[in-house]
Amino acid sequence: MQRADHTPALSLRQRLALRGIDGVTLLVLPAVLFVLAIFVYPFAYGLLLSFEPKQGGIFANYTRFFSDPFLYDTIATTLWLAVPVTIISLAFALPVAFRVRLMTRQRLLTTILVLPVTLGTVLVAEGLLNFLGPQGWFSRTLMLFGIIDSPVKLTNNYWGVFASLIITGFPFTFLLTLSYVTGIDPALEQAAATHGARAWQRFRHVFLPLLVPGLAIAFCLSFVQAFAVFPSAILLGAPAGPTRVISIAAYQAAFEQYDYSMASAIAMIMAAVQLVIVVAVLMLRNLFYRGTTAGGKG
Amino acid sequence: MIRDTTIGAKLWITAIWVVVAFFVINLMAMIATVILSSFATRWLGTWLPAGFTTRWYFTAWAEFQLYDILIVTFQIAFTVVALSGLLGVTAAYALARRDFPGKKLVMLLFLLPLLVPPITFGIPLATVLYQAGLGGTFWGVVLANLVPTVPFVILVMIPFIEQIDPKIEAAARVFGANTFQLFLHVLLPMLIPGILAALLLVLVRTVGMFELTFLTAGPTSQTLVVALYYSVFASGVRAVQSIDAMAVIYMITTLVWLLIALRFVNPTQIVARAKQQPASA
Repeated sequence: MQRADHTPALSLRQRLALRGIDGVTLLVLPAVLFVLAIFVYPFAYGLLLSFEPKQGGIFANYTRFFSDPFLYDTIATTLWLAVPVTIISLAFALPVAFRVRLMTRQRLLTTILVLPVTLGTVLVAEGLLNFLGPQGWFSRTLMLFGIIDSPVKLTNNYWGVFASLIITGFPFTFLLTLSYVTGIDPALEQAAATHGARAWQRFRHVFLPLLVPGLAIAFCLSFVQAFAVFPSAILLGAPAGPTRVISIAAYQAAFEQYDYSMASAIAMIMAAVQLVIVVAVLMLRNLFYRGTTAGGKG
Repeated sequence: MIRDTTIGAKLWITAIWVVVAFFVINLMAMIATVILSSFATRWLGTWLPAGFTTRWYFTAWAEFQLYDILIVTFQIAFTVVALSGLLGVTAAYALARRDFPGKKLVMLLFLLPLLVPPITFGIPLATVLYQAGLGGTFWGVVLANLVPTVPFVILVMIPFIEQIDPKIEAAARVFGANTFQLFLHVLLPMLIPGILAALLLVLVRTVGMFELTFLTAGPTSQTLVVALYYSVFASGVRAVQSIDAMAVIYMITTLVWLLIALRFVNPTQIVARAKQQPASA
């Protein structure tokens, strides 16, 4: 490539082609321009807008957010929902993925599990309002077995949102984990078993080190999804109090108070919190082994 | 295959299946509640409704103007599908076939809209769209929905295109095909399964996309899922059964496309869309 640059016989067009830029490469441009215009520009615009508050200095929105408990508490409220949901989803997804990987016909189960992801949070919220409500089948079944005496309150509070996040979050985490688990060469496990490793030892010393990078990614993606909880926190939760999550605060600032500057500031804070958690998890991941998940002579 | 025959292992396996069964039963019961309730005459304080009727579907159809909403939903969804196919497939082709400086940066650019949750970038996006006069319009909703779907198509299509031998294209060139003919007669027939799968998933995602549509839609550009949200939000104004009937109609519109899509793709692909991205990216 270096030599080509110095050869005078080549035209600009040929030199660009040698670096991989020609008519075909230009096909990427429309999509790049689109993402720049409709994703990057609004984000940058929002960031700048957040420093131009309706009143006060450039940081007025941020100082207001962090001095008003009604606003800054939303971070803790959201984390209090998103972190347990992510950990529980991952904790259940991993052993289930390990069993499902051995199944020859996974299709039915994976199809059932993809349903809540496809149907979306609004429909899940609507279904759970009936199902978990005081007259719903869930409470009825528990009462039938004598576990409880009167219906448990599971809607319009923390647990309603929690349940809806699990219903949409667990399949997402599971399918993601499954794709990582099935990516590990079974020969590695067989080798460990041949050498007399028990199930737990095989998991702890063979699978876990290989899975940590994938699990970290799964954790990040599931966490980010759960942190952005919005419709179910309104429909199934108590949006004025215990489940007033950060996206509700941002939405109210934008569409109820028409303070787009404040709304942008909250959206930026939301992005920053997500970024902090994701970076922390990815840094933890780097402490572990990173390498091929395929077997072979090494 | 390795078989564990100890008691502990058997208990563990049983426990796992109990958890899965518990989850699936609750999920199915939740969906069944919605369907059953939509056909119920009256359902209060009993295991099953007092009687069955289909009149709620007629009520919902009239009350929520479902005909108009369905038309708008499909207009938006198919416009998004067509545009994201056009932008996504061309970009994916360039990314699959060429190595150029800054390619990693471009890939990151396409990965970001999939990783950042819609509500986070939706609020600044809605602000910009409203200032541009596109907020609340058909095209505003289409533009907002394209943000995650264009990168989605790109990431799904890249491995599809990579697996086609470039020699086939070279052969077509030798025989004098221009770029357009090459695409129409050589690439397209081979890419059809991949494009179809990607676009069906885009359709499913657009019909089910709540946040972006909710933030950018006006009264005449609402999709079904946003209308469903408003009716659940204002529940008490209308009969529960009528809202449930609408929910069933929404379920059908999504699931039909999902079932067609599942003929072409594995369910794990719907979630693990960026699988070809190495985990270390």
